Amino acid sequence: MSDSNNAHNVSYLDYKGQYKGLSAWIFSTDHKRIGLLYLYTMLAFFSVGAILGLLMKTELIAPGATIMGPKAYNALFTLHGIIMIFIIVVPGLPAVFGNFFLPIMIGAKDVAFPRLNLLSWWLYVIGILIVLTSQFLGDGPPDTGWTFYAPYSFQTPANVLPAVFGAFVMGFSSILTGINFVVTIHRMRAPGMTWFKMPLFPWTLYGTAWIQILATPVIGITLLLIVAERLLGIGIFDPALGGDPILYQHLFWIYSHPAVYIMILPGMGVISEIIPVFSKKTIFGYKAIVLSTMAIAFVGYFVWGHHMFTSGMSGRALYTFSFLTFLVAIPSAIKVFNWVSTMHKGSLDMQTPFYWAVSFIFVFMIGGLTGLVLGSLATNVHVHDTHFVVAHFHYIVFGGTGYAFMAALHYWFPKMFGRMYDLGWANLGWGIFFIGFNALYLPMFFLGMQGMPRRYYDYLPDFHGGNIISSLGAWVMISGIIIIFANLIRSARHGKKTTQKNPWGGKTLEWQVETPPTLENFEEIPTIEKGPYHFGE
Amino acid sequence: MSQETTHIVSYKTQIFVLLALLVLTAISVAITRIEMGPFNTAAALLIASIKASIVLAWFMHLKFESRFFTVMVAAVFILFLLVILVTFFDYSYR
Repeated sequence: MSDSNNAHNVSYLDYKGQYKGLSAWIFSTDHKRIGLLYLYTMLAFFSVGAILGLLMKTELIAPGATIMGPKAYNALFTLHGIIMIFIIVVPGLPAVFGNFFLPIMIGAKDVAFPRLNLLSWWLYVIGILIVLTSQFLGDGPPDTGWTFYAPYSFQTPANVLPAVFGAFVMGFSSILTGINFVVTIHRMRAPGMTWFKMPLFPWTLYGTAWIQILATPVIGITLLLIVAERLLGIGIFDPALGGDPILYQHLFWIYSHPAVYIMILPGMGVISEIIPVFSKKTIFGYKAIVLSTMAIAFVGYFVWGHHMFTSGMSGRALYTFSFLTFLVAIPSAIKVFNWVSTMHKGSLDMQTPFYWAVSFIFVFMIGGLTGLVLGSLATNVHVHDTHFVVAHFHYIVFGGTGYAFMAALHYWFPKMFGRMYDLGWANLGWGIFFIGFNALYLPMFFLGMQGMPRRYYDYLPDFHGGNIISSLGAWVMISGIIIIFANLIRSARHGKKTTQKNPWGGKTLEWQVETPPTLENFEEIPTIEKGPYHFGE
Repeated sequence: MSQETTHIVSYKTQIFVLLALLVLTAISVAITRIEMGPFNTAAALLIASIKASIVLAWFMHLKFESRFFTVMVAAVFILFLLVILVTFFDYSYR
């Protein structure tokens, strides 16, 4: 191998391996290239999902059929949900930034099973293609919502099977990534990196990976049961055959609530990385954050019933799930307390990643506190299946995972691409996005409390005012997204080149390697002596 | 890793394990003839768990691995036990 193509001194972007062109990417087992493959796939589908959302909000700008009828609206919110949940936020941060940075942050050259890692991406893409066929084949696109609730999901003539099967295949991708990360973290940490010297982003990936391994098979089997119910009429969920549709809801949410923590935990990890760097201060309560991460991962398993408070569960189950839901708020609040305490008396460096991080805390607090309204039995009955729920989960899932994703992208961008983005445009994009986001989702809380149900293309004239603000907010938010994406895409190709190893002054290992990283990350595996956020005060 | 060793399970043990699995399968079928209400499900799950544990221990060599793996697998079992208990907590009081 010539020196100009040595794994130790050539950037992973320039390395010439066995394949050329597109094949050099889609057959690469380098964790960094795989991370970027996920990033590009997700950004493409996020754009599709966002356009679908925008069309739905445009439909809701006035009562009655504005730009579409009920059937198209049902298909749109189903596809929007499937894309955003299964293709974007569930793989989300672990698949992109976990793949790219986990090995570097723990001082390893790659993940434990690089080929398995590539297989995960391929399964992910195959799953997406299967889901997409549901739009074009059979008796029309699915109209069940992303939850595929029984008994409708096996009664509707719409093309549910490919959507369900595609989600099933993507589940395997998630499980394999989880296994890879658990083994990587257990076996490949640099010498001296004890568990409590490991950075917080890998810690959250660890908690997430366990959920991916243990919860995903449940949804896999549940989705297969839907297939069996449609094709064979086995009667497990069909009340006409002695089945129980509420069992479907149990099984679905046994996965899908922990999946919310698959989405949010790595986001919390990213915020825990960014806050100390831009506060120039050691993180407050490192161990408390670690323990709260694991507590969220564990307790988060037992709160699924709060999605089913009006479904017909027994009273005692209702009280139990409500209690457990309130319990999970404690570790989440510990994290917020620690982030705010880290900033307290810090030397704040107001940069784009920091703006995203603090706005994450703001929107996550709104999402979290309105979650308590939904976790209480009495208030849940009032706002169940209204726009209040839609607002709440967009504040958590989009506000949490989405903001953290943007924070991570702006934080690690110079390291990933060896180029810097335009800070002015990035800040402007953030500002417009933030205003649009709140204008879009905040009115939904009020609409929900007034009684506007979710998943209808039409509404009573009483709800018109709130919907106008919300729909205009959607357009403002999309304008922000266009600015952000245009800036990042342009900068990745033509931005100012940088080889500066540590532009933000971070202390974790990724800021000690070359920019962009070399193929094997480290010429020599480092020995760890200090904690990950040692700012020396 | 340095501590990696190959453990070969004898044919005799394999046959005993196979017989144990077959007997447990027969019991899980037979037990459905006894009317025990909700405990029929509990019995089926219990027998299935014993069978899974036997497969894990001998066929999948967990018995011969380090204690760390046993603890991890046990933790997973406990988690799923809790999930099943919470689910059936709903059904028991409906």
